[in-house]
Amino acid sequence: MENLQLVFPEIFLSLSIMFLLILGVFKKNSSKLVQNISLIILLITAVITFNETISISGEKLFNNSVIIDYLSSFMKIMTLLAAFLVLIISSTYLKTFKIFKIEYPILILSSVLGMMIMISSNDLIVFYMGLELQSLALYVLATFNRDDIKSSEAGLKYFVLSALSSGLLLYGCSLIYGFTGSTNFDVIATQLNSNEYALTFGIVFILVGLAFKISAVPFHMWAPDVYEGSPTSVTLFFTMVPKIAALSVFIRFLYVPFLNLIEQWQMILVFLSIASMLFGAVAAIGQTNLKRLVAYSSIGHVGYALAGLATGTNDGIQSSVIYITIYILMNLGLFSCLLMMKRNDEYYENIDDLSGLSKNHPMLSLSLLIILFSLAGIPPLAGFFAKFYVFKSVIEQSMYFLAVVGLLSTVVAAFYYLRLIKIMYFDKEKEKYDTDHSIWLKFSLVASTLLILIYFIFPSQLIEVVSRINIIQ
Amino acid sequence: MNFPILSSLILLPTIGAFFLFFTRSSEKSNNTVKYVALFTSFVNFFLSIYLWVLFDHTTSEFQFVEERVWIKNFINYKVGVDGISILFILLTTFITPLCILSINNSIKNRLSEFLIAVLIMESFMIGVFCSLDLVIFYLFFEAGLIPMFLIIGIWGGARRVYSAFKFFLYTLLGSVLMLVAIISIYWITGTTDVVELYKIGIDVKYQNLLWLAFFSSFAVKTPMWPVHTWLPDAHVEAPTAGSVLLAAILLKMAGYGFIRFSLGLFPDASEFFTPLIYALSVIAIIFTSFIALMQEDMKKLIAYSSVAHMGFVTLGIFTLQQQGIEGSIIQMISHGLVAAALFLCVGVVYDRMHSRLINTYGGIVSIIPKYSVLFMLFTLAALGLPGTSGFVGEFLILMAAFKDNFLVAVIASLGVIIGAAYMLWLYKRVVFGKLINNDLKRMIDLNKSELFILSCLGIPILFFGFYPDPLINTIEVSISDLIEMYNYKLVSKF
Repeated sequence: MENLQLVFPEIFLSLSIMFLLILGVFKKNSSKLVQNISLIILLITAVITFNETISISGEKLFNNSVIIDYLSSFMKIMTLLAAFLVLIISSTYLKTFKIFKIEYPILILSSVLGMMIMISSNDLIVFYMGLELQSLALYVLATFNRDDIKSSEAGLKYFVLSALSSGLLLYGCSLIYGFTGSTNFDVIATQLNSNEYALTFGIVFILVGLAFKISAVPFHMWAPDVYEGSPTSVTLFFTMVPKIAALSVFIRFLYVPFLNLIEQWQMILVFLSIASMLFGAVAAIGQTNLKRLVAYSSIGHVGYALAGLATGTNDGIQSSVIYITIYILMNLGLFSCLLMMKRNDEYYENIDDLSGLSKNHPMLSLSLLIILFSLAGIPPLAGFFAKFYVFKSVIEQSMYFLAVVGLLSTVVAAFYYLRLIKIMYFDKEKEKYDTDHSIWLKFSLVASTLLILIYFIFPSQLIEVVSRINIIQ
Repeated sequence: MNFPILSSLILLPTIGAFFLFFTRSSEKSNNTVKYVALFTSFVNFFLSIYLWVLFDHTTSEFQFVEERVWIKNFINYKVGVDGISILFILLTTFITPLCILSINNSIKNRLSEFLIAVLIMESFMIGVFCSLDLVIFYLFFEAGLIPMFLIIGIWGGARRVYSAFKFFLYTLLGSVLMLVAIISIYWITGTTDVVELYKIGIDVKYQNLLWLAFFSSFAVKTPMWPVHTWLPDAHVEAPTAGSVLLAAILLKMAGYGFIRFSLGLFPDASEFFTPLIYALSVIAIIFTSFIALMQEDMKKLIAYSSVAHMGFVTLGIFTLQQQGIEGSIIQMISHGLVAAALFLCVGVVYDRMHSRLINTYGGIVSIIPKYSVLFMLFTLAALGLPGTSGFVGEFLILMAAFKDNFLVAVIASLGVIIGAAYMLWLYKRVVFGKLINNDLKRMIDLNKSELFILSCLGIPILFFGFYPDPLINTIEVSISDLIEMYNYKLVSKF
């Protein structure tokens, strides 16, 4: 008998989703209720997952196809908390567009469930199941504002391209299965034979699929359109939550079955990383829509996270995890600001709309200033430390080229962050925005800004938490 | 010594800024805001004087050292001062209150934000000068970009956006390579603690590249020719107080960095690259002096003269002789005072006439005599007249240069002459001559606070010109030990 207690969070979450669906069908006008219950469910799941971390150390279930270890718990808790925050700050936005429906929280919960399965997967099939569950939910979320033509376009585009990448990924899986005779990561690791070039093809195909999900260059084309078209609250979800899951799959996939083939995939990862950092920095310069700009900036940030993974060391993995944690914090703050730019039931998302924000809304623009400088990686803000740890582990492996290109692209990226600051602080003011924001929105903005600002006082805590992630034995 | 005096120096302005943050400025409360900022910076100044009194100048050991674990097994927060850094801390704490005092009418909107930026800047600058860990140093060094960017961008002149961006991106580009070098040093030696690094040294084979990475950062900040172009732009567009901070303190970070890190950590590379520094310094001195000669804008002229003066500083540092380095430090302190004073002088007439162009003025000596006298003092100090602090520095630098390389010294001496030419010509065109512009007749002479500020700057300039001993005593031992260590490492090929 398997120890089902370890997958209790997933079981609880799936049962809750079913319950909520039934509740939504039988009770009229229950969207607020469903939303509140979903929030509670996310929190409870997070608490259960947290409780598990204390006792376990890398246990495997169901014929070793699911793994529960420190990495999976950490990433799951992050996913759950991020989803919680997304859900809680998006209600005003949804109400404004009259899309505050029961499906929204339920879809978010299902995609979170898919991500949790992805994070825990130790088997190609389990991994693919989780991936598809989260993707299907995300397609619908992207088109959630279905009366808006852009939103429908975003969803369709995302669906078509994502299906293509899933196909590539599956092809890669089948190649690997063909050459190793198993879909289980542990078995694959023992059956590796580096002379099989077809195996390398398999890895490449899977990497392409994953790079697509995490929107790394050159598989990023969908990101700007989807981010721009989707409702802002969904964009917020896109920029944060799926990246956590995709990153942990990246870690698991590269470092468990294919660690011995590191020479084969290291180059690919370095290329993905450099291309994303440079492209993200350069392409964002010309953008006029804030959501598109965030899309390119997130492409760039993914590049930095991948740089940590390219090192092939535990240090590198840990630095990537730290990077993505801090990145999520900054993104949360950034989108809280975006969601506050609302006047008479209309949201503004062009960069010109930031113009002179500092005169009308000094606190909002100060927070945004801190967040933007942090995204640009200027010390002493949290974003600097994120980059610092990544480059520390990159330079440890003497990958100087990667480090220098990465740091130079921060300079290019600084340009467009500065441009936003310039518009906020140096330009003429426009009309005021509404100030009656929900308390949660304010809370998430203040909390993320303060954490970014004072991170330098307690830098050790996060490192200590993350340092328990040791994938390479 | 249990009282953490250096940390207090770093923290105090930030705490002041924190209070200001909660005092919203309006037309009425403008004075309150200013008093809070002034009070903070004065307390900090007296604290630093106290530090100087306690400072023991018979040893080159780092004093008032504080060490705390910051990131476990990686970086310790470590600060301390020796003879080299203490003077820069004093300069910072001395200039900041004067800067705040000088804001009379020039900055009307968002005064409290401006003062917050200035105070936070002070914190960062003090941090730069007393940090004894490379990462901490980098943190403060880079963080200073944020307030300065805002000062230029929000309160600057017409082309402020361009200048602010240029300033920020230039210096950031220079600095990121230093970050790579710092992390590399960590992996090569296992520590980023400067004191430890002085002891163990860095393998010769890495030194050249590391030196170049540090150089790229310091050269931009100094600024050295040919990466000096951000400076005139930044100076011209920044508000007076911003220009003062920039010239008096920010430029000194790089000179300090050269002495502390380039010489201290990479002696072989420094020896190897000395000709490069000599060449760039000499070009800076001659080339920018000629450019200064042609300027029509007073602020731009002074900005170019700053580049020339910093050329002397880098020249002096890399002569690697006692007099040369002493001269460089004195030159930096003196330039800090003189450039601050000159920018304030420009600010004074700009507040009245709203023009920085030289040809607006002429013949103002009869209208505002007090101003003219003080302006004369600072002009003479800038060209290095004996009896002013400018002379001491330049003289020591040239003396060391003559010992080391005759040709370089001769060319640099020519720079002194051109320097005298452009400063005197500036003074002649602004103060003497016929009074053509009738608007000038309405100018009022210095008011009390302006007089106070300019005298505050004038007194040390004269005092250290006649009696530089207090400065030299403070730095002497530290420098001679630095040179001894340098030569020892050079010989032992470490």
